[in-house]
Amino acid sequence: MQHDVKRVEISGLRVWYGQNEAIKDISLDVYENEILAVIGPAQSGKTTLLKVINRTIEFIPKTRVEGTVKVDGVDIRAVKNIYQLRRKIGMVFPLPVGLPLSIYDNVAFAPRSAGIRNRSQLDAIVEHCLRQAALWDEVKDRLDSLGTKLSGGQQQRLTIARALSHEPEILCLDEFSIAVDPVTTMRIEDVLKELRSQMTIILVTNLVQQARRLADRTAFLFNGELIEIDANDVIFSSSPASRMTYDYVMGGFG
Amino acid sequence: MSRNPFQETPLLRRKRQAEYIARSGFLLMSLLMICPLILIVCYLFYKALPILSLDFLLANPARGMRAGGIWAPFVGTIYLVVISLLVSTPIGVFAAIYLNEYARDNWLTRFINLAVVNLAGVPSIVHALFGLGAFVLFAGMGRSVLAASLTLAIMTLPVIIAATREALGSVPMAFREACWNVGATRWQTIRHIVLPNSISGILTGIILQVSRAAGETAPIMFTGAVFYKAIPEGKIFAYGLFDQCMALSMHLFTIATQVPDVPEALPYGTAVVLLCTVLLVNAASIVIRVVLRSRKKW
Repeated sequence: MQHDVKRVEISGLRVWYGQNEAIKDISLDVYENEILAVIGPAQSGKTTLLKVINRTIEFIPKTRVEGTVKVDGVDIRAVKNIYQLRRKIGMVFPLPVGLPLSIYDNVAFAPRSAGIRNRSQLDAIVEHCLRQAALWDEVKDRLDSLGTKLSGGQQQRLTIARALSHEPEILCLDEFSIAVDPVTTMRIEDVLKELRSQMTIILVTNLVQQARRLADRTAFLFNGELIEIDANDVIFSSSPASRMTYDYVMGGFG
Repeated sequence: MSRNPFQETPLLRRKRQAEYIARSGFLLMSLLMICPLILIVCYLFYKALPILSLDFLLANPARGMRAGGIWAPFVGTIYLVVISLLVSTPIGVFAAIYLNEYARDNWLTRFINLAVVNLAGVPSIVHALFGLGAFVLFAGMGRSVLAASLTLAIMTLPVIIAATREALGSVPMAFREACWNVGATRWQTIRHIVLPNSISGILTGIILQVSRAAGETAPIMFTGAVFYKAIPEGKIFAYGLFDQCMALSMHLFTIATQVPDVPEALPYGTAVVLLCTVLLVNAASIVIRVVLRSRKKW
């Protein structure tokens, strides 16, 4: 696979929550049209990493960020209109959040926020995104019902549809499969494989096998440090660079 | 004969009895609580019964407050309550939105919070003196509907802020984060997600302030409410902003303590009207709450 265009460049990133250093000097790049998996045990800084990229970390009080993060070559701290930045990046967090709106409005929320008012345009976006999230067939007859009344797995797909609704170029998923049954998980994974041709995907996951199945490269984080980042056939081989990676991937950790 | 597996030991029996006593005690206290309310309402109605009629509501006080009705104070109270809430609601709600949705935890926020808490603790008579100094004298409004309403507004403001903040805080943080993640601004998030889902709590908080504004005597006594000022009977648009007015709470105080030889039913009738007005408004707030709750979306 051709990896040449850098979409996200992270260098020397450090993040503190109060006195607690959550990310300790991480540098990594994410290339166009790849799926980068990020694995690691709890408290390793995976979610924090995503929050830094779309600058929602700023909503958490008492955080301090050092180092630079560039998206498409631009330092994100220099981005004046952070809403533009966030629209460029789709985010899916582990717990599904259906907004207290209809299914249609859930997906149309982001385009509307961006100023799209044309009804047929919105209709098209809603259908397209719900199809991509493998939810369309289940909800097409009741787009007016509340998104919060869907089942957990459906809400998670609704969340994914919403993340796709602002046509992001970079899609970040944080353990999207935690509330989804295995069949749906596989369907979403298929979707992600297709989306790879259109966008760059950062996939934070606790499922090592999911990283192995989906990703081109995998980064292993532990305790806020980047232990290793490499192509999947190295990480999941019998001889990754770090012994820790091998132990973690093989499930013999600790 | 097999042993009963649920044989009660003395210890378990004592615990069961203690549970029974605790439950009964709490129930008794809850029942005691509604007794005063029922007694008050029944007593007031019993005493006021001879005088209650539509004429009593629609007529001005007459013969040196010893006869007639309560039209002028009734309209005065409506004026004071409506104008004070028109002032305090936007300030209170917008301030609460800022404090809850925008403000970072810094010295300014803490200072504002401190001010709100302290303002809520100020006795109403102190509000009255402040209103006298600031609005009546300094701002040159004189003793007027406007000055009295502004004084009431300042008194109700901190509670409106507190109620609004609580209502906003009941909307889960996850909704806001979901909106921010798709690139919505804070205002878009507030406008489309937070406010629609907290409006019932906000409205309830505001409406509950109606009873406070209607009931307080001290803040309006120095700032705009007067002993006697007749208005055209049955006419509701009777006061200008800079007129002085009568008010139910003040009127009740006057005829109960300041005027000799008032027929007994008169103050009781006034009290009933004041109480019913307040209860009616509270009932409205309950209806709003129920209607909006039934549309709750999560």
